[in-house]
Amino acid sequence: MPSTHPAGPDPLARGMEPSPAQEAARREFAAFVDAHVAPFAGEWDRAAATPPEVVRRVAGTGWLGALLPREVGGRGMDWATFGLLNEELGRGCSSIRSLLTVHSMCAFAVQRWGGRELKARLLPQLAAGEVIGAFGLSEPNVGSDASAVETVAAAEGDGYVIDGRKKWTTYGQIAGAYLVFARSEGKPVAFLVERDAPGLTVEPLRGITGTRASMLAELRFEGCRVPKSNRLGGPGFGIAVALSALEVGRFSVASGTVGLVRACLDASLAYASTRHQYGSAIGEHQLVQRMLTEMATGWRAARLLCRRAACLRDAGDPGAGQEIFVAKYFASQAATRAALDAVQIHGANGCSEDHPVERYLRDSRVMEIIEGSTQIQQVTIARNELQAFAAAAPAQ
Amino acid sequence: MSIDDIKGSIRTFVSRFFRGHDLGDGEDMFASGYVNSMFAMQLVQFVESDFGVAVENDDLELDNFRSIDALAALVERKLAPQAA
Repeated sequence: MPSTHPAGPDPLARGMEPSPAQEAARREFAAFVDAHVAPFAGEWDRAAATPPEVVRRVAGTGWLGALLPREVGGRGMDWATFGLLNEELGRGCSSIRSLLTVHSMCAFAVQRWGGRELKARLLPQLAAGEVIGAFGLSEPNVGSDASAVETVAAAEGDGYVIDGRKKWTTYGQIAGAYLVFARSEGKPVAFLVERDAPGLTVEPLRGITGTRASMLAELRFEGCRVPKSNRLGGPGFGIAVALSALEVGRFSVASGTVGLVRACLDASLAYASTRHQYGSAIGEHQLVQRMLTEMATGWRAARLLCRRAACLRDAGDPGAGQEIFVAKYFASQAATRAALDAVQIHGANGCSEDHPVERYLRDSRVMEIIEGSTQIQQVTIARNELQAFAAAAPAQ
Repeated sequence: MSIDDIKGSIRTFVSRFFRGHDLGDGEDMFASGYVNSMFAMQLVQFVESDFGVAVENDDLELDNFRSIDALAALVERKLAPQAA
């Protein structure tokens, strides 16, 4: 449903207001989502697939090249605008937002860490969405501990031979380029593995809880050969490549989750206004009002945190990374609370796929796990705060 | 910018990660146990933002970031063409 989001520029903290160009972009994103994404998200969810024509339509907007420079065909968006794009897509469909997330992570890593030949060949295709990018870090035995990947890469001739498995690769079923992390002589190394690489097998994963249309895959590397020019950074820099891509992903998820909270609120406001019990609309009932208030507050707070992180990132502030952690931590939990309350407000209807809040609840569970679980964020945020405190304290 | 100035800036930046430890200019920072996996990325971001140089794919060898001396040598090399 169209959002009840205010039509004009939104009041945000001073200095963080969207520029007229950003506001115009948001309206463009919202119009696309209302026309081409939100009305069909339930259908894609039930089919557990994103139709190819939908991927082509999204690619046609140029948004898959959001963070890439204009010289290679990208949109050259600042992070604030990129956040608005994720927010609107997340309001309509968390799977389509995930497409933007993983593709942007891959494209960003190639742009940031790739060699000249790889960038010249691949970036225009990624910007146009002719090749879909995906992110391969998680493995059957490896989740949060990125330094423990079991996939190995052996230097051989003018390239590498990769052996191992990657799991939960979002849009892995349709991707043409995978950002893959392995260990080579004990050091973490990042590679861009292309779909036609010999020795790569892609197997669909089914039966997932949320973001069901995101076409997850397991990747099997059996003597998979990649040229040295597809290595991103040198041996030992794989973790840095992963972390920089994960920062893009974390911000994308956080912003998309703001949209998910908004979708919960929009659906709940509409339902509470039209559903009557005990002689009045249930929105008149104070216990329902409490849930609406929590949702409205969570949406505003999460949105401000994302906006703050984006503004700092655009300004090149070294503290932006911590703000992204905080934004993701808060927004993903706000989404869980909002989705639970949205289902509660809808009662039995909320437990049916006839109402989108049922999907929102399943999708919200995923948000607290991907791009750093809530518990990993808790550890990381605290450690960063302790480090900043120690740095500011006078030396003993 | 002299090599001593470069080392001074690097020393100031990395010292926050090594509080209570007198880090030598030639000491292997990654072998020290003081830093985590975020450190490599933070070093790259610091070099780019503080010295205004672009760290490229070919520069991303861990040996270039291993010590204050190595990092200063990388920065000096990256600054050289700009100064010419």
